[in-house]
Amino acid sequence: MPITYTSNEQVEVYRFSPPAAILIPLVAIFLQAFVPLRFHFFSIFDLPFLVVIFFALARRSPVSGLLTGAAIGLVQDALTGHPLGLYGIAKTVVGYGASSLGVKLDVENAGSRFLVTLFFYVVHEIVYFTVARGLVGLTLQWSWPRELGSALANAFLAVILFALLDRFKQRT
Amino acid sequence: MENLISRYRNVTILVAVLFAQVLGLAVQVRRSNQDESTRLIRVWAVDTVTPFEKVIVWSQHGIGSLWRNYFFLRGVRQENRELKQEIERLRIEQVRLNQDAEQARRLQALLGFKEQFISKTVPAQVIGSSGSEQSRSIYIDKGSRDGIRPDMAVITAQGVVGKVLRTFRTTSQVLLVNDQTSGVGAILEKSRLQGVLRGTPLGEVVLEKVMSDETVQPGEKVVTSGGDQIFPKGLAVGTVTKVSPGAELFLNIRVKLAADLSRLEEVLVITQQEEKAPASAEGAPPMRAADILAQRLPSVPDRPPDDPNKPPPPTSGLKIFPAPNSPATPTPAGSPKPAGSIATPHNQPGQGSITPTVTPAKPHVDSAGTTNNSGSVSSAIKPNGNSSVVKPVLPPKPTVPAVKASDGATNTTSDTPSRPASPKAEPAEPPAVKPTPQEQPQ
Repeated sequence: MPITYTSNEQVEVYRFSPPAAILIPLVAIFLQAFVPLRFHFFSIFDLPFLVVIFFALARRSPVSGLLTGAAIGLVQDALTGHPLGLYGIAKTVVGYGASSLGVKLDVENAGSRFLVTLFFYVVHEIVYFTVARGLVGLTLQWSWPRELGSALANAFLAVILFALLDRFKQRT
Repeated sequence: MENLISRYRNVTILVAVLFAQVLGLAVQVRRSNQDESTRLIRVWAVDTVTPFEKVIVWSQHGIGSLWRNYFFLRGVRQENRELKQEIERLRIEQVRLNQDAEQARRLQALLGFKEQFISKTVPAQVIGSSGSEQSRSIYIDKGSRDGIRPDMAVITAQGVVGKVLRTFRTTSQVLLVNDQTSGVGAILEKSRLQGVLRGTPLGEVVLEKVMSDETVQPGEKVVTSGGDQIFPKGLAVGTVTKVSPGAELFLNIRVKLAADLSRLEEVLVITQQEEKAPASAEGAPPMRAADILAQRLPSVPDRPPDDPNKPPPPTSGLKIFPAPNSPATPTPAGSPKPAGSIATPHNQPGQGSITPTVTPAKPHVDSAGTTNNSGSVSSAIKPNGNSSVVKPVLPPKPTVPAVKASDGATNTTSDTPSRPASPKAEPAEPPAVKPTPQEQPQ
């Protein structure tokens, strides 16, 4: 399960067609809002987060990654009852971090995708809670078992989902 | 400087984007009405997502009802038979409940209680959720176009669901009661301890602000208290499942919600509530305190009909204090008449508490100088501490059980979705105290 260091010359950069770049995040947000109504356990997953990670790792451009994260996060914020920007900030940081990491590491194999998702999910939650409690003053409570459980679940789903989404990649 | 920015271009953009969002957050937090500043973004997001959700939910229901109503009819006859039997059983039960309800309404009318009626509800379909564990909210397919407004209560037949947080034209966002930011005024049904219902990070619900020296048993039912001015009083909330010492001086009371929030499909939005005095019976005039007392007294003799030409008898041995603002209307024909009148020297308008006391005209004073009231009838009703006095001239009678305020707050039935069991005590006027000619002592 290697996470190999690669030179910049070896790094493959992908792009996506405009319909895919717009529809994949929208479908992810739609499923995130709809599926938990029928299958309540689904709410532990964060599909928009996984899409941010996927685009960031595939494009390997920090600016593109952070802008994608900000856009998806703000739309996700708009569907919640909280002020806009909580998910926006968290996903901006995650998009930037994942794409910066993608430049340096080979993240094409399942093992590295699992670990990257696991790590950035925790980062995402820490940023979210920090902003929510520190800036907005929400009375959210941190629960390590829940966060770690969600991180593992999202990491497992990421391995499957990224394999499916790889079909939409286009070589530059 | 330019070189520095271009060298750290990525970091600079990251900082700029984060700064913009933090600034936006600060503006939203600072403004009291954050909906106005972010309304457009929310409307776009909701209008993008909810149409697809509506289409899926409607097609799902269409196909489901087509299957259930036209194809899958196995066992319908058997179910029909069982339902008919159930109707018969419920009819019998309804007769008994009607009597109880009628009695409760009479007592509430006597006390001047006002009931909160849910006079109008709008049924709505749940079409989506926030999709976030940190923000537990759902979307329904009714919006401002259908009369939905923020802060309206959302319920199901099982119990409370949440309140309307935001409204859009055709959809609304509902904050669920198990969200960490929600708060519902609640009361324990038996012990009458009040608290605040809040959600936890794990989606559970706890009742807070109940002092740790109180005794709360698992299994006790929790209902809304009406203190939040959103949910009507008496709606089912859930059942206490676990009680443990909490932070500071309060108990940690875990509550299992009556409504299953993970399987919501249809909900009711309470769009209109009314406060009105309960009617004792359709078409019948409201009963007065004296009438009810007279019904309860065992041997009050019937009086002959009054002769209008006859001069009023002397009033010796009886004090009459007219009510401050009660009209001197005649007693309804056919209703039981007390043998005395009611005096309300201390009653204030709008404070309808009553302590009717029936005493003999001349209480016996024993040799020790103490008044012997063994033959008096005392009936104390003190919802808010005021009193009025009923002083008919009567022979000593056996004691009548006291009428308690709580008697008037039980077993009400209605065709409305919910009628709170013990409504807010807001007596509009003192109990009927009418010094009519019929009430003059003989």
